[in-house]
Amino acid sequence: MTIAISSLTKSFGPTHVLRGIDLGIEAGELVALLGPSGSGKTTLLKIIAGLDWPDAGALAVDGQDWLALPAQKRRIGFVFQSYALFPHMTVRDNIAFGLTVRPRAERPGKSVIAARVDQLLGLLQIPHLADRFPTQLSGGQRQRVALGRALAIEPSVLLLDEPFGALDAAIRRDLRRWLREVHEATKSTTIFVTHDQEEAFEMADRVVVMGEGRIEQIGTADQIHDHPASPFVARFMGAVVELPVALRAGRVEAAGLDASALERRAMADGPARLFLRPDAIALEPDAASPWVLSHKASNGAVIRATLRREDGTELPVDLLRHSAPEVTLGAAYRLRPLTGAVFSAEGAAQSGGPSPLPLLKEHRK
Amino acid sequence: MQAATFNPTQTSLVPRLLIGLAVALTLLIVVAPLVYIFARAFGEGWRVYAENLLNPATLHAVWLTTITALIVVPVNIAFGISAAWVVARFRFPGRSLLVTAIEIPFSISPIIAGICYLLLYGRQGLLGPWLADNDLQVMFALPGIVLVTMFVTAPFVAREVLPLMQAQGSDQEQAAVTLGASGWQVFRRVTLPNIKWALLYGAVLCTARAVGEFGGVSVVSGNIRGQTNTLPLHVELLFNDLNATGAFAAASVLTLLALVALVAKTVLEARKAR
Ligand SMILES: Nc1ncnc2c1ncn2[C@@H]1O[C@H](COP(=O)(O)OP(=O)(O)OP(=O)(O)O)[C@@H](O)[C@H]1O
Ligand SMILES: [Mg+2]
Repeated sequence: MTIAISSLTKSFGPTHVLRGIDLGIEAGELVALLGPSGSGKTTLLKIIAGLDWPDAGALAVDGQDWLALPAQKRRIGFVFQSYALFPHMTVRDNIAFGLTVRPRAERPGKSVIAARVDQLLGLLQIPHLADRFPTQLSGGQRQRVALGRALAIEPSVLLLDEPFGALDAAIRRDLRRWLREVHEATKSTTIFVTHDQEEAFEMADRVVVMGEGRIEQIGTADQIHDHPASPFVARFMGAVVELPVALRAGRVEAAGLDASALERRAMADGPARLFLRPDAIALEPDAASPWVLSHKASNGAVIRATLRREDGTELPVDLLRHSAPEVTLGAAYRLRPLTGAVFSAEGAAQSGGPSPLPLLKEHRK
Repeated sequence: MQAATFNPTQTSLVPRLLIGLAVALTLLIVVAPLVYIFARAFGEGWRVYAENLLNPATLHAVWLTTITALIVVPVNIAFGISAAWVVARFRFPGRSLLVTAIEIPFSISPIIAGICYLLLYGRQGLLGPWLADNDLQVMFALPGIVLVTMFVTAPFVAREVLPLMQAQGSDQEQAAVTLGASGWQVFRRVTLPNIKWALLYGAVLCTARAVGEFGGVSVVSGNIRGQTNTLPLHVELLFNDLNATGAFAAASVLTLLALVALVAKTVLEARKAR
């Protein structure tokens, strides 16, 4: 099923939660909605599911207007962040629910339902849990049941709201791989919400970055990492070091900054802001640089160095402990960014951001 | 503070005294009167007890009370579920006002409710002339008794069900909707099982109160023997007639109902806590 969303807006009273969403999703695609808390991800998902209605805009699935269709008729598989399993039903009854509530004429026979549930329990790798109640399951098992219940109705679209939010890191990794496999097997158009970039990039064909009710950027992991479309995306992707710089003939210049590894950009001369990831900065000794190493701490793999300028500004740099050259406290260093994003000074102030600016070739380890 | 302050040899006396006091007071205040009711009711033997119970006026009072409860309790269940659902699921202006309004009957003396109804529906009341013109008898008749009882028992179901509905949230209901369930299916298969025990518990409390209500009903019923006399009113009437055995016999029926409700309540409480 292809999903076409255009100019969708939604407010709760005075708060604008969605400010004009345009998004197209291909049949069979696995798309991640990535964004900070409160950016409107759940709201968008609920509108697609028919659990909420937009103030304006259009939502069409395979050309059909879904805003005119009640939630019951959309055949959506919705997995809630809280799982929302029915506590008084066994795992088996939970999974069968969507089939047993169908009108009598469309309802499959008891044996057909049982067979379908058995097949899903196999796919979910939880056949031994069939007769338990939700309270007797672990978080990861509940997650699987919730997904099984959604898949049982052979949904046209599968919507997952932070499916792994409440699980620990090891289980998340397992479930991610497993969900990918389920997606390969079922090929249902899938949208999942997350605020974990790693999860989004590892699983999705395309990632939609949302910020404050707008889509900031749509792309693959590499595109978003290397060419953030706005300061918001750059910051969200971890480019937390922000330096005021001057642009001259397409080159970035600032005291104590060696930008020779960065590409020239087609931008007008003038003040700009440079966004860097702490792990994409190399340090080179330079007595003339205003940046002095004021603190360093190691976590075994990475040394987090803090550089300080006379005016009190501090910035973090992450150095790989085994490959980066030794650094000494109190010495002055020049910053040599390997990759970074530049936005004109006025663009950086507002998070909406100007058009994407080209960045440098891939230098990340 | 050191653990030594909790020395058992020092503290054992006080708890023991308090426990003894509590037991003694309960026996004196609660159990003794109950035992006395039955002792007096049966004081002149089974035969007299049965005669008193089978007195037409007493039977009529039992019947009237039963009818009232049969009308009030289902209406209250429906009202309680709807009110709790609206409050738990929606944000709207006046929502907290509604929550407070539902609880009003708890803080108002029932006799005031009775008087309000009398002033509203009575012959000299606001709606009195209109009711008289249309030949509708509300006061000093069954409708009045039912209305006042409904008012007095209004909070019981809503109050029990509301916290559960709030705790459950709307996620399960929304999940059911996306799975294709109709409104009725969502209610019957997702909402209702969750509130089942609390609902029954509220219904039991509501029944007990509906059966036992005295103050409000005494204002609107008019105390017409064999016509508008509910069981509690009838007990008082018999007592004023100096027919102590009859009064105690009627009272024993009420007491028995209360004891059944108490057992049901205890069982449901345990279920609810699971
Ligand atoms: N029913 C509601 N009434 C009022 N405001 C709401 C409602 N639902 C959501 N909001 C507001 O809309 C904004 C976006 O909410 P939403 O749940 O879509 O965010 P989200 O991106 O899913 O965040 P999170 O990652 O924390 O789940 C928030 O500011 C929230 O307070
Ligand atoms: Mg959310």
